Amino acid sequence: MVTTDILDETPPRRRKPYLLRRKSLRHILPWVVIIGIFVVWEVVVRVFDIEQFVLPAPSAIFASGWQWREPILINAWQTLLTTVIGFLFAVIVGLLAGIAIGSSTLVYDSFYPALIGFNSIPKVAVVPILVIWFGVGTIPAIITAFLIAFFPILVNVAVGIATVEPELQDVLRALGASRWQVIRKVGLPRAMPYFFASLKVAIAAAFVGTIVAETVAANKGIGNLMLVASSRFEVPLAFAALLVTSVMGIGMYLICAAVERRMTGWAMRGADTVPAGQG
Amino acid sequence: MTFVDVDRVSLRYGEDADGTLALHKATLQVGNGEFVAVVGPSGCGKSTLMKVVTGLWPPTVGAVIVSGREVIGPLSIAGMAFQNPTLLPWRTALANVMLPLEIVQPHCSRLRREWAAYLAKARDLLALVGLKGFEDHFPWQLSGGMQQRASLCRALIHDPSLLMLDEPFASLDMFTREELWLALQDLWLARKPTVILVTHDLREAVFLADRVLVMSARPGRIIAERVVSLPRPRNLDSTYEPYSVALVHELREHISAARSTAT
Repeated sequence: MVTTDILDETPPRRRKPYLLRRKSLRHILPWVVIIGIFVVWEVVVRVFDIEQFVLPAPSAIFASGWQWREPILINAWQTLLTTVIGFLFAVIVGLLAGIAIGSSTLVYDSFYPALIGFNSIPKVAVVPILVIWFGVGTIPAIITAFLIAFFPILVNVAVGIATVEPELQDVLRALGASRWQVIRKVGLPRAMPYFFASLKVAIAAAFVGTIVAETVAANKGIGNLMLVASSRFEVPLAFAALLVTSVMGIGMYLICAAVERRMTGWAMRGADTVPAGQG
Repeated sequence: MTFVDVDRVSLRYGEDADGTLALHKATLQVGNGEFVAVVGPSGCGKSTLMKVVTGLWPPTVGAVIVSGREVIGPLSIAGMAFQNPTLLPWRTALANVMLPLEIVQPHCSRLRREWAAYLAKARDLLALVGLKGFEDHFPWQLSGGMQQRASLCRALIHDPSLLMLDEPFASLDMFTREELWLALQDLWLARKPTVILVTHDLREAVFLADRVLVMSARPGRIIAERVVSLPRPRNLDSTYEPYSVALVHELREHISAARSTAT
């Protein structure tokens, strides 16, 4: 079949069904992998007869998830809200601080070492301090999510602005543009691909921050639910909560990726766009 | 009337005396509406001269006077095109050409009100250099020559009275280059801005310029000057006429001499 196609000197049109098949394959494959993992998991648990409180089988996890669907959804909603609020603060602060640090060598040199030092502090160690300041509850979780998420955004925006090609800056400076105009017309657009790439890292980090804080100091949220579940040896429930968290993580990631594609299409010159007018 | 007056300008890169001396007592005058080409061996400070004249770099010693005023910061009456097209990759060709209008007064404050007129102007300019139909293409969708044309349009959109061209055609193949010479000549004849063109292509200098200045090897200064008395508009064949060939030859010898004294 393949050989005859080559011999026939297939016109480009006839390749289309093949490409379409490949494209739909690309959409199916992730699901195949995920389902495959669950199947292998289930088989391993059953064959080796692993105790449920060590590693519950996926079937047990889903059953438990369905049984406890109401508390799971309530707590998931709490975690999602906390994460999104912390993430939004991180976006605002990261963007503004990134612009400030990226556009001035003076600010960069003065603040960058302090920021690196700050970022090396494990955020879980900060949670007890936040509890002393704000008490147990949602606020320490929001702040922890913010603290973890803002650094990658800041660094990316700063790098994007600081690495603007001097030639591009000269184009504007030669027109008598002010410093702010250079940042607005060249620095910011140039930094946007970096910014949106960092959002995908930051949203995952924000979930980590929220759940860590909820585990240590909260009475609501997925982190708290998992803590309670494992203390009562409800291991399938803890796993069900984990699954829900990763589903939320994937969802937020996809939203960030979609926004990225929409906003910075120019930086991802797709293979499907044929360059026009060569020569 | 002198439009650009560079008076014994020296420029040293770096702050101490060990820094590279790029220009040494360079002096030149360019008349209003004149087309001047600056040629010289590579690394002789031609690009530095451009940056000094447009105010991107302050001279270490000496003064630059443009349009009767001393240059102390970047000039907004100047349009610049560089060896690389330096188009902003997130803007279409049309949006790139319109960039100066968003910055230079008085266009900046009029832009919103007279958007349609400015848009038409940008489209006309692109059409003039043969980019009709490519207005909405992004730079990476255009060939090198097309990007360079768009870059020329960007240098011209705000009707600068001074046009600074820093080897704008150096990275192009010869045929595209010659085509753009003609486009540039048309643009110049239509508007008559003062042009300073830095180049290392002697045919280009003789074809385009009213006057050719030769720079010495670093530290650069002007060592020779030739007036090109060919009628306008010139055609490409004129570059092969004995007059032009002799002139190119003579300029070439000046540059060889400058190079040998440097080593």
